[in-house]
Amino acid sequence: MSEKKIRVLVAKPGLDGHDRGAKVIARALRDAGMEVIYTGLRQTPEQIVHAALQEDVDAIGLSILSGAHMHLFPRIIDLLHEKKMDDVLVFAGGIIPERDTARLKEIGIAEIFPPGSSLQEIVDFVKTHLLRDFESSIL
Amino acid sequence: MKLNSERPITTISGHPVKELYTPQDLTGFDPDRDLGLPGDFPFTRGVYPNMYRGRLWTMRQFAGFGTAEDTNERFKYLLREGQTGLSVAFDYPTLLGYDSDNPLSQGEVGQCGVAIDSLADMEALFDGIRLDQVTTSMTTNAPASIIWSMYLAAAEKQGVHWENLSGTIQNDILKEYIAQKTYIYPPRPAMRIVTDIISFATRHVPRWNTVSISGYHIREAGSTAIQELAFTLRDGIEYVDYCVRAGLQVDEFAPRLSFFFDIHNDFFEEIAKLRAARRIWARVMRDRFHARNPHSLLCRIHSQTAGVSLTAQQPYNNVIRVALQALAAVLGGTQSLHTNSLDETLGLPTQDSVRLALRTQQIIAHESGVTATVDPLGGSYLIESLTNEMESACLDYFRRIDEMGGMIESIERGFPQREIQEASYRYSRALERKEKLIVGMNEFVAQEESPVEVLAIDGQVAARQCAKLERLRALRDCARVRENLSALKKAAQSPDNLIPFILDCVRSYATLGEMCDTLRTVFGEYQEPAFF
Repeated sequence: MSEKKIRVLVAKPGLDGHDRGAKVIARALRDAGMEVIYTGLRQTPEQIVHAALQEDVDAIGLSILSGAHMHLFPRIIDLLHEKKMDDVLVFAGGIIPERDTARLKEIGIAEIFPPGSSLQEIVDFVKTHLLRDFESSIL
Repeated sequence: MKLNSERPITTISGHPVKELYTPQDLTGFDPDRDLGLPGDFPFTRGVYPNMYRGRLWTMRQFAGFGTAEDTNERFKYLLREGQTGLSVAFDYPTLLGYDSDNPLSQGEVGQCGVAIDSLADMEALFDGIRLDQVTTSMTTNAPASIIWSMYLAAAEKQGVHWENLSGTIQNDILKEYIAQKTYIYPPRPAMRIVTDIISFATRHVPRWNTVSISGYHIREAGSTAIQELAFTLRDGIEYVDYCVRAGLQVDEFAPRLSFFFDIHNDFFEEIAKLRAARRIWARVMRDRFHARNPHSLLCRIHSQTAGVSLTAQQPYNNVIRVALQALAAVLGGTQSLHTNSLDETLGLPTQDSVRLALRTQQIIAHESGVTATVDPLGGSYLIESLTNEMESACLDYFRRIDEMGGMIESIERGFPQREIQEASYRYSRALERKEKLIVGMNEFVAQEESPVEVLAIDGQVAARQCAKLERLRALRDCARVRENLSALKKAAQSPDNLIPFILDCVRSYATLGEMCDTLRTVFGEYQEPAFF
């Protein structure tokens, strides 16, 4: 059987070391059958996009709690665009105030998961959004 | 609502609790040996005989954002509102030893704390606040030696003698590798810096608390209460070991070690944790390190309510959580307390929400009556049983870590990191399955949330901070800065105490980034293995 698993990069942009959420999400996605790569801490937008390219991922989950998201997320999206990786699903979580959500969605972050989001909800989100490409292998 | 009766009832950490505790649960328990009186060995009931009758705990709210001038204003506000100590939160570039104009600092300057680049910023931070009139706690770890030297130099400029300074630097580098992850250098050179600080303070700044050995971040990273207790106290043992090996006398420096614990939702578990911490530490200091000075035996505790327990959903519920956690900290006998603000899962707290958090402490202190009697829960079958169980589980962890060769060795193997990660994942699954309920988050969910005000950090902070740096670099004596930095580098390559060299750099207005870079060239940088 030629089953292609969904590949997800869980990335920590910014300088904060709060990796609890990122690690829990990485684990939950893996338990849901996906291939997960975790970048480790303090990754620049360049490092994240480079890793996404190298690992040929279908989705990137960004976790940030430092408050620098409005600076770093647009940079990541721009770099993805430059590398013609616009089809990569980007979602995010952490401490991201609601007032920033609209702007981030506008630039191409598919969803922002606030603290307390359910793991299943995030897993389902990733699966649903990538289902189009993976229909044959997942079902 | 029906409780699931098939599953054993546990604390939030997964520790089993019984329906009823009786004298049978305390078989072998000897109140004289295991409790003593408050202020007496093993200090289970408190470090002072009369506790809050003698003096209330210090109400110390962690604060910092924007520039030094912005935070100076917040400090003055908090002092006017009756706060009794200051506590500085630094931004990420400052915590990681980058100047505000470093490319890695972009987007981070002044966001999660105050931006400090040089002595000039430290002077502005305490402008109009006499440093012999307040006690200041500074949450700084990897660059603690530099930030503390800036504070000492700022005191000199105010004409305040170091022996009249009192406060705390967190300076707990071990928990950075374990949990908080704001490390710079690898663990071994980092431990040398910690011992340099302790040794310098012992001689020159005798009232300074040199390390705040912290469980807070370990717990926030997802540990259980027992893991928090065990890893924190074992970190404490590691510091004492290293200082003794560096030639210090235990009774010279141990009285200035203090502790910092997280106070989570489970009321009795948290109270038992603080009581167990005091007893274990007293016994460790007496039996393992042969301390004779009674002050060496005291586990003095700063507490903070659990940031991780706050919910973004229905944020006003957080006020109630914080009140219960604060009450547990007080019943557990804390020496100082930070209460979180209701909006901290959304951003830095607003002035109004900080005031409400401070009022929560004041209501407990002045209205509830709980301060009248020392250790009011002492002797409760439940509390004493939990205290005993936590002590024994903690000693099991000590044995495992000792067998690995010590805390540094166990960190290098990823042992505490993995234990915490497993506990954190177990807890997340338990929430997912509703085995644990969090009101407003996985039960009693509101259909519609009413938004609360969230503090926005001035977008111009970074520009202002970078302009200040540019002026500083133009005005200072650059030749002197270079000389001092090169002397620091030589000192780092030798066994000399680094603090006098750092002080010289600081006084000549070398920047934090310049000093940290100098040390990076000697010590290297730590990279943690990324696993999950």
